[in-house]
Amino acid sequence: MIVKLIDYLRDRLKTVIRLCYVVLGLLVVYDVTFVDKHAVHTAMEKLPGFWSVFGFVACVLIIILSKWYGHVKWFGSKFRIMSPEDYYDN
Amino acid sequence: MTTDFIHPGFVLIIGALLLPFIMGPLRKPYLILMPILAFACVLKMQNGTYGVVHFMDWQLTFGRVDALSQVFGYIMTLMCIIGSMYGLHVKDPKEHMAAWMYVGGSLGVIYCADYITLFIFWELMAFSSVFLVWFRKRKESLPTGFRYLMVHTAGGLILLAGFVLRYKATGALDFNLLDVDHPTLYTYLIMVGFILNAAVPPFHAWLPDAYGEATVSGAVFMCAFTTKTAVYALARGLAGLDILIVLGVIMALYGVVYAVLENDARRLLAYHIISQVGYMVAGVGIGTQMAINGACAHAFAHILYKGLLFMGCGSVLYMTGKSKFSELGGLYKKMPWAFVFTLIGGLSISAFPLFSGFVSKSMIVYAGFEEHLYWAAFLLTLASAGTFLHTGLKVPYFIWFGKNNCSRETWEKAADPPWNMNVAMAVASFLCIFIGSYTPYLYKMLPYQNEAADYALHVYSSYHVSESLQILLFTALGFFLLIKKLAPEPTISIDMDWFYRMGGRGFYWLARKPIQTFDTWFGEVYRTVGLYPLMTTAKFWSWFDWHGIDGVVDGLARLVRNTGAKLRTVQNGRLQYNIYYAVSIVAVLIVAYVFG
Repeated sequence: MIVKLIDYLRDRLKTVIRLCYVVLGLLVVYDVTFVDKHAVHTAMEKLPGFWSVFGFVACVLIIILSKWYGHVKWFGSKFRIMSPEDYYDN
Repeated sequence: MTTDFIHPGFVLIIGALLLPFIMGPLRKPYLILMPILAFACVLKMQNGTYGVVHFMDWQLTFGRVDALSQVFGYIMTLMCIIGSMYGLHVKDPKEHMAAWMYVGGSLGVIYCADYITLFIFWELMAFSSVFLVWFRKRKESLPTGFRYLMVHTAGGLILLAGFVLRYKATGALDFNLLDVDHPTLYTYLIMVGFILNAAVPPFHAWLPDAYGEATVSGAVFMCAFTTKTAVYALARGLAGLDILIVLGVIMALYGVVYAVLENDARRLLAYHIISQVGYMVAGVGIGTQMAINGACAHAFAHILYKGLLFMGCGSVLYMTGKSKFSELGGLYKKMPWAFVFTLIGGLSISAFPLFSGFVSKSMIVYAGFEEHLYWAAFLLTLASAGTFLHTGLKVPYFIWFGKNNCSRETWEKAADPPWNMNVAMAVASFLCIFIGSYTPYLYKMLPYQNEAADYALHVYSSYHVSESLQILLFTALGFFLLIKKLAPEPTISIDMDWFYRMGGRGFYWLARKPIQTFDTWFGEVYRTVGLYPLMTTAKFWSWFDWHGIDGVVDGLARLVRNTGAKLRTVQNGRLQYNIYYAVSIVAVLIVAYVFG
């Protein structure tokens, strides 16, 4: 049953993706029009779609900064945080 | 001891000691019955102080029952039922014994009210849980277990130093809130002892190291008990200590960064424990009633969803023998139920509305905003985007969808796990959704009822729902846009354990070269200078013994010799068994003191 449902959605991947974009758009519209922002703690939270931008930027920052941290050669040597799996065996 | 209070930890410890004698068809019912009995003991308890024992000059208290200990006792015993159910198929009784001893230790810490009792159970936890690593029986399991034990022994000693110094300074051994406004050396030593078990950087590397290597069902236990018992200890002893806010926020982000890099599903989940416990540690640091409520609620929710995630990824490991993303993928056709359960765990940890994390995590962030700690609140919110990115998206995507990296053998072995694993995951999934959808269940258990009632009005407000959905769904957008960057890489990530793993090698070198040279030299000197007088003295005492004492104490000597022979057979076994005996003896002594 679950497998059938997943396959059904995968066969219509383009439609599913479009639907997801529509949901994202509607969410921002909902935030701008209906949500009561009286009790927020900081002024910037009143900006329309603030948390959408926050979520997206957070995600991109986390991926890029973490991957940089893992791949960069530290102290100009060969040492990287992401090392071969047999690192401790040698 | 009155009948109002039967210590649930002792139920499990005694249950563990009796386990090898319960055989055949009785074994499986027994494995479920004892945790349920422990859970029933928790439900039956009334607030108060029980099990007070005078030992030498000290007063030991085994049973302090109040709202704070009850919420932790409740979830720990509940998780023990689920974990035992999940491991029901495991034939080796020793693994169940180790798990129950471990839970017993954790419950002992939760209900005790003095540092001596706390310390005994604290050590019991470390010494019993290490077997859950060793029983994996791979080549790496043994050194990993020893590293785990070494780190925890060091942490235990720091804790010991802390409360002994406090005893010297104040004469008190009670385990209550310390004077956090005027911290002294012993406050910090106790703090280090606690935060080492809570896996706060830089003392955290033992956690992914051990949990990634533990047995399939052992990891389910380990992910629940050590860190959350430490959170309880922090909430009890150090609530409001400011430095914990900073450490908690660092933890929350640190775990996220390493989770991006991680290729092993269970190690990724382990790094996310560090991240999630960061919220709790920050909550304890904020220290207001709302924040402590939040830390308790989040610990409660966390134990269930993290257990569920470890069960989901554990079932993949159990069926296929693989846990690395670079060796899995596309499994939704073969393991659909494991996928659904893991997804529920992922949505719960990510704090989706209607799932458990939503009603617990946000309470800590809310407390941060209330105290105008904006930097902390925003950074914790940032970390929650990372949580969804990994546990909600990366784990399910790269195991059940994504590129199929399975070997033929892996693919053929993959199937949904045995019924008992499915039942355990189904129960945990139900609870994750129930907690998120029906808030009074959890909120009624929290220590500060007024704050909990206040927050219950706020949690499903349109603003909070909209805020959370925006963060989560736009994180998902970022994930799918950058998915190529996240493709699994077959690497390991160097972490703080580098220092003691490489430091250990340095020590070997030191032992081989300079120390051995010194030892040889010293041996020579000793033989010529020390041995001759020693032999002469020995001859005299032998004469004296033969002619003087032997007649009197002959009987006693024989007794000692016989006992010695018995002890020798005990000592012949491997180190693991010796530790096992030692732990069992401690357990028996405790029981003897309580009932005696």
